[in-house]
This record gives sequence, structure tokens and C-alpha cells, in this order.
Amino acid sequence: MPIKVSIRDLHKYFGKNEVLRGIDLDVSEGEVVCIIGPSGSGKSTLLRCINLLERPTRGTITVDNLSLTDKKNNINVLRRNIGMVFQQFNLFPHLSVLKNIMLAPVDTKIATKAEAEETARRLLDRVGLSEKADAYPLSLSGGQQQRVAIARALAMHPDLMLFDEPTSALDPEMVGEVLGVMRTLAKEGMTMIIVTHEMGFAREVADRVIFIDEGVIMEEGSPQEIFGDPQNPRTKDFLNKVL
Amino acid sequence: MLFEGMKMTIIISVVSLLIAFALGLITLFFRISRIPPLVAVAKVYLWIIRGTPLLVQTFFIYFGLPQAMAAIGADFRLDAFAAGTIALSLNAGAYMSEIFRSGILAVGRGQEEAARSLGLSKSRTMATVILPQALRICAPSLVNQFIITLKDTSIISVIGFADIVYQAKIYIGRTMESFATYTVVGAFYLVAISVLTSVSSHIERRMNSAHKS
Repeated sequence: MPIKVSIRDLHKYFGKNEVLRGIDLDVSEGEVVCIIGPSGSGKSTLLRCINLLERPTRGTITVDNLSLTDKKNNINVLRRNIGMVFQQFNLFPHLSVLKNIMLAPVDTKIATKAEAEETARRLLDRVGLSEKADAYPLSLSGGQQQRVAIARALAMHPDLMLFDEPTSALDPEMVGEVLGVMRTLAKEGMTMIIVTHEMGFAREVADRVIFIDEGVIMEEGSPQEIFGDPQNPRTKDFLNKVL
Repeated sequence: MLFEGMKMTIIISVVSLLIAFALGLITLFFRISRIPPLVAVAKVYLWIIRGTPLLVQTFFIYFGLPQAMAAIGADFRLDAFAAGTIALSLNAGAYMSEIFRSGILAVGRGQEEAARSLGLSKSRTMATVILPQALRICAPSLVNQFIITLKDTSIISVIGFADIVYQAKIYIGRTMESFATYTVVGAFYLVAISVLTSVSSHIERRMNSAHKS
């Protein structure tokens, strides 16, 4: 499979604090990569660098062989192909569910209003929320909001999806519905990078699991390798605590 | 005559508030632009307006500016309406820009990140996601500023602008009816501001219910 994302020698400082200390990572097209690790390990920062919500201090990131870190490339255009789902959903509370999904395609002119609405309704149907098209985000449950957020990201027809702890802000009974949508997406061949605490989901869906601690990749491998037979003592220690 | 004054008070309020609204937005964009000269312009403007009384600002524009212009050989004169409108707009515009700014700061960072992650530019994010929410948040403070400016128009009477207070003084000079006249003047402001308040709370209620329905 061709390489989708390529990260080389990525360093990120917040002030004097070095949060990422030399990350090298390649993600192939259609691959599902789960990033696990203790809080403060830098895993969210790594994910946020991949669409430049955080600007790397040093190193390079390319997506589809286009460099995000090269200022000549228009980041607003590159981001259109990279969907992101946040822990706190971040839906636009002043817009209806339908308008939330239509906003970006219409505003960036990749679709007419009519096309965007058709796509939005189809996506809502897909995440099982067709009847909520005219509702406002704050009237929905957390699980419903997160499914709308996934639909909103998909409306730009991205071929890479980033998930930043998408179920961490959800009540336990709502985790399943969000993971269900993500599972379908993975089966359809979407390239996905997922920062998660859902070890069961990572074990089931991931092609590769990456364990990060203190800003470096400590260990990576198939779910069987990482969960079944971790080599690094840090990985063992972490998995003992969370499993 | 008093009626004519009421009309002028309302006209100068509406005109000044419209200009102030635009001025407030422009100042806001300067202030948050991260372009040092623009930020400096906004900060100096806010500093001067907040640091001096409206009465002094009005005198400065009406009397001070023409004299300064005459000194450099330019013939520059403002009538009371123009000078008053400029003073009120500059004054309210400064306060409004700070109100807008507090509204923008109150919109969570996640909103900007979500919009940017979808490929919206900085300015489109501001226009479609941040500002609509910020305006909603700062609506009560904004209405408060409308009320202050409406009342502040009375200050413009000192440079001879024929608002309701100016007309009242002339009327009292002729008839000596201070009590009755100022009762009417007071009642006019009360009614005008009550109307403004009830319209705004009506709009606020509608916006809030739309949010959650």
C-alpha cells in the first residue's frame, strides 16, 4: 500500500517543555493506527500536528507526498482532505445539525448548497441520525453529537481521518454507538489515526498499535503483539494499569 | 418643539450607533490582528477614548479640531450634528470593540479548531463560526452600550445640537415650566430605553430557544 502519512524527526516544544522528542512514523493508505499511552505522553499533540493545529517545532510531515510543514503549501486546502474528530465534539452550537455538516463544503465551494445538503442527509442517515437534521447540537446527547461531528468531517470527503480521544467525554452507554460508526468507516478502507483509551476497540479494529510515552514511540506492532506480548517494560506497565 | 428635539435625539443615536458598530468591528479586527502597527492603533484609540470624558471629546472635535486645521491653513468646519455624531461614534465604537472582544474570547478555542480543521481560512472561521456566537454572547452588553449612548446624546446639546435637552432648555427659557418640561424629557428617555430593552430581551429569548430546540 502507498504511504499516506509520513512523519520524520518530529519535535514539538511548548515553551521549554519538549512534548514530542523525535517521532518517526509512516501510515499506509487504508491503515488503521491506534495511538495509546498515558496522559501527557504527547499522543494528542502528535495527532494535532498531522493537520497542523499544532505547528511542529522541528521535523517534517507529509500527507499524500505534500509537505504540511512547507509554508508554500496552502494549509487550508491540505486540511480539506484530513478530517478531524475532537474529544469535546466542537459542533457549532449556533447552527442546526444539517448546517453544521453543510458549512465547510459550501464555504470552501467544493459543493453547491443543494449538493452539500444531499451529502449531509446521506451522512446523517449513515450515522443513524436522519431525524435530527433540524435539531441543534446542544439538544443532542454526547454520543449523537459525536456522530454528527464524524458526519461533519466526512462531508469534506477526506481520505484521512484523525480521532482525538473521540469517546473520552462520553457516558459509558454512548461509547458503543460512536465506536460502531468508526468501525464501519475502518471496514470501508478509510485511513484512520486514532488516539484512544478504548483498548478493546484498538485490539479489534487497529492494524497497528503505537505506544507513546514521554514524547517518543516506545513500541509499535500489531494488536496481538502489543496487547498479547508487549516487549517494552513501559508498555507492560501501562497496559497493566489500564487493562 | 420638544417633539422636534426627540426626533433629533433618536436620529443622532441611530446614526452614531450604526457607525459605532462598524467602527467597533474594525477596531476589533485591528486589535486581534497580530499585526503590530494595527494593534497599536487600536490600543491608542481605546486608551484615548476610555481615558477622557465624552464632554471633552465633543469639545475637542467641535472647537479644537477646526482651530488646529485653521492653524495649518485649512478651512475645516463641522456643524453640531456632524461633530456630535463623530464624538458619539468614536466613543461608543471604542467600548463596542471591547465588548466584541470579550465575546470572542468567550467562544471556546475548540470552535476555531473545528472550523480550521475543516479547511476554513482564518477569516471565514471568524465570519461563519466565531462572530455569530460572539455577538450572541455579548448581546446584553451591547444593548447596555446602546442605552448609554442614547443617554449620552444629551451631552451633545452643549455644542448647540438641537436634541430634546437643548429644546427643553429653550422652552423653559420662554415658559419657566421646568418641572413639567423635564418630566416630559425624562419620560421620553424612559420610554425609548424601555422599548430598546424589551425588543432586545425578546430577540435574546428567541435566539436562546433556537439554540436548544
